[in-house]
Amino acid sequence: MLKSHLRLALAVLQRRKVFTAISLFGIALTLLVLIVAGALLDNVFGAFPPEVHHDRTLLIFNVRMEGKNAQSTSPAGFGLLDRYARDLPGVERMAITSTMREAFSYQGGQKHRLYMKRTDAEYWRVLQFEFLEGAPFAEAEVEAGSRVAVLNRSTRERIFGDAPALGRDVEVDGVNYRVMGVVADVSMLRALPFSDVWVPHSAAKDQAYRKELGGDFWGLLLARDAAAFPQIQAEFRSRLQRIDLSAEPGFERILALPETLFASTSRMLFDTHDEAESRPERLVGVLGLLTLLFLGLPTINLVNLSVSRILERAPEIGVRKAFGASALSLVGQFVLENVVLTLLGGALALLAAPLVLAAINHSGLIPYAQLGLNLRTFGLGLGLAVFFGVLSGAYPAWRLARLHPVQALKGAAR
Amino acid sequence: MIRLANVEKVYRTDRIETVALSQIDLTVAAGEFVAVMGPSGCGKSTLLNLIGLLDAPSSGTIELAGKPVASYRDREVSRLRNQTIGFVFQTFHLIPDLRVLDNVELPLLYRKMSGAERRARATRALERVGLSSRLQHFPSQLSGGQQQRVAIARAMAGEPRILLADEPTGNLDSQMGDEVMGLLEDLNQKEGTTIVMVTHDQRQADKAHRTIRIFDGRQVAC
Repeated sequence: MLKSHLRLALAVLQRRKVFTAISLFGIALTLLVLIVAGALLDNVFGAFPPEVHHDRTLLIFNVRMEGKNAQSTSPAGFGLLDRYARDLPGVERMAITSTMREAFSYQGGQKHRLYMKRTDAEYWRVLQFEFLEGAPFAEAEVEAGSRVAVLNRSTRERIFGDAPALGRDVEVDGVNYRVMGVVADVSMLRALPFSDVWVPHSAAKDQAYRKELGGDFWGLLLARDAAAFPQIQAEFRSRLQRIDLSAEPGFERILALPETLFASTSRMLFDTHDEAESRPERLVGVLGLLTLLFLGLPTINLVNLSVSRILERAPEIGVRKAFGASALSLVGQFVLENVVLTLLGGALALLAAPLVLAAINHSGLIPYAQLGLNLRTFGLGLGLAVFFGVLSGAYPAWRLARLHPVQALKGAAR
Repeated sequence: MIRLANVEKVYRTDRIETVALSQIDLTVAAGEFVAVMGPSGCGKSTLLNLIGLLDAPSSGTIELAGKPVASYRDREVSRLRNQTIGFVFQTFHLIPDLRVLDNVELPLLYRKMSGAERRARATRALERVGLSSRLQHFPSQLSGGQQQRVAIARAMAGEPRILLADEPTGNLDSQMGDEVMGLLEDLNQKEGTTIVMVTHDQRQADKAHRTIRIFDGRQVAC
């Protein structure tokens, strides 16, 4: 039966060429936008090198300090991470990195705008960067506060061109750093590994950051496995409760939670810093809702087209009912036909998506963007096409299933 | 095989109530070939639709093979139509996007049957109506007579015990009409299929075992 329905679905699409072309264009465009959005989200939240241990990494992004009359939310302070996030049970490695900040380099008479991060040596172990030249700075450089730097490939080319870079000085914000290594570019969408220049956190002129509870650092916790997450979170929460806040006048408690990137983003977007539990489902819900809203208009459009297309086939519906088709089998047939249509649209969208993503990559809108299709985004496109097909096919199919067979045979379906 | 007792069919709209059939009592024995005649709009097709379970009576009872059908749900009615009844329509009602063989397979799609068996039975039905060379044609590539033969093959493929034909020769010239009537007679005589046929043509009606006449929704002769 499936084969017969598929053959008919393709025959109908071939017969109604204009309808098919209009429908396919609308479907492909809708799915293309969603696939591109999906690829962007995948690039933000998915597992890509250098974040190869994405599935067992927890992050401490923000801390919130609260008092009777005051509250403050900021990235974590180095002091907080250094004193309270180390040696947590279930954690294999712990790294600290600053948030990225804008910096300028004057080299060869030119001004270069750069993004810079200050990190520790563990950062290079938690994240598996591809080193094109040299090596990362190690504990010795960090402890000594050495003015050394790792550059990404593009920055290296901008500043040094074809000339050797290793061992040479790069000037950033008036400070000279010796280049120790060059890594492959990482997209700006990857919050943790993205930067142009990395230097040891200890290379800062002012060392006051070492005591801060709130500041501009993030903690990266590489857990033994995902099963250890609750234990890590509980222990960190417990440690925070024991912090003496007498040095922070006006504040009575401090809140922070090691979470996955997705859960942390959800917490930041919904400003739920006071909640003790991770609530990533909120972000899932919003993304799902946005997808549904975006699908809404084209769905209505496709429903209208499908209703008129299907009702033109009222006599066929009458014949099928006369020969024993139940309402359910007719619904199945017409939903399947719609899914075939949307799958074709999905296929077109998947063919066009790499071109659009390549255009975004080359546009420079997102520094070092490396958007592309992978199995996840391909699956997303396919899933969306089927979902779109069922969503837009269900109502027309339901309407036709209610047709009276005698009226349908007369073609008076409306 | 078919029994209608005091059947009435009334079509109601907001303002008008139209009595299409009234006080119909009819019994058709298994293997009988019955013609239904009457002027246009007298309710012949409505009668056929009621027997074929395409429509429900406003009152009265209908029994098929000894079972009252009023209490049947949609799925049961669909199964009964699929396994017991075959239809031949005046305007053929072939699906234009399907090839001849696929059209004939249609009733078998709704049965638990392998694709190969379905194909074999549809091919046999087409051989019986003399169209084995047209399996891969589309309906639009056939003459009216050939299309009606395909429609008969479609009705035959499911091997129904009852075949309902609504003016099967109405759109055909006399020669093609005779060919189609020959097929129906053959089916009735060789397979024992019970046939109820609506027709305007007395010549075709004479080939049936008996003729029922309807006038203004009432049975006037039998």
